Amino acid sequence: MTIAITTQLICFVALAAALVLGALGVVLLPNIVYSAFLLGGVFLSVAGLYLLLNASFVAAAQVLVYVGAVNVLILFAIMLVNKREDLSAIPGLGVRRLLSGLVCGGLFALLLRVAFTTPWALPGPLPVGEEATIRIGEHLFSDYLLPFELASVLLLMAMIGAIVLARRDVLSCDIGTGEAVDQGLIEKARTPLLLDRSTP
Amino acid sequence: MDPAPFQLSNGVPLQAYLVLAALLFCTGVWGLINSRNAVRVLMSIELMLNAVNINLMAFSSYLDGQLIRGQVFAIFVITVAAAEAAVGLAILLSLYRNRDTVDMERFNLLRW
Repeated sequence: MTIAITTQLICFVALAAALVLGALGVVLLPNIVYSAFLLGGVFLSVAGLYLLLNASFVAAAQVLVYVGAVNVLILFAIMLVNKREDLSAIPGLGVRRLLSGLVCGGLFALLLRVAFTTPWALPGPLPVGEEATIRIGEHLFSDYLLPFELASVLLLMAMIGAIVLARRDVLSCDIGTGEAVDQGLIEKARTPLLLDRSTP
Repeated sequence: MDPAPFQLSNGVPLQAYLVLAALLFCTGVWGLINSRNAVRVLMSIELMLNAVNINLMAFSSYLDGQLIRGQVFAIFVITVAAAEAAVGLAILLSLYRNRDTVDMERFNLLRW
């Protein structure tokens, strides 16, 4: 993609600002629904960065998979577990936040040092630009064929596993009498098995 | 060879992408440690995976421009992340049904 350098810089700064602010909002906002929508904004900014890096196919995959599937899935999960509960205060939360902030700051400093002291072999080979999609297709069906096929098996396993884990315990026939029970999609009221009895 | 890779007249430098990805990753780690809501923990994991993807894509574009292997890796990471999100949310839903809460501090059944 041939964009003027100034335009590239402006786009990068705008996308980076949206990305960082959105990520901070995701972890800091008290309302989880706002976090989920900001996460969608973060995914879209990442897709914009991919477009800046001449990767239109991966940008499209990012929008389709992350914004279209993962974010919607997270929103559905929020709706399904939407119970407004006041989290009980636990001792030492401030200290824990401070300490983990220090650890993350240290990790960030380490990564900065790695990024700025490593002698990257720049400039590398000339980017392929718009032919990237063709190259990805060639990779997927030649030297990355085995991971590609394994990914399909993994997705099938994940789909079946998610269905098994998340399905409701609705039985089509009564276990005791063996008669068909017309309960349709109504979830049976049942007592949670693993309730914590010690703390209210 | 380019004598000054940091000059902004060459476009966005590689290091800018690396710094951005590092910031995103550290934000994800902080959120992963400090979130009380289990859904937010899954969101933090997605942030970290996206940071890794940004790194892969930047390296693929700047250092491996002909064989863009980083982009193929990014596609595989996206695939695995989608599977992880589906299974993670299913586990979360089952956990919520059994314990009636999404508070991470109360998922301590296996803790000593």
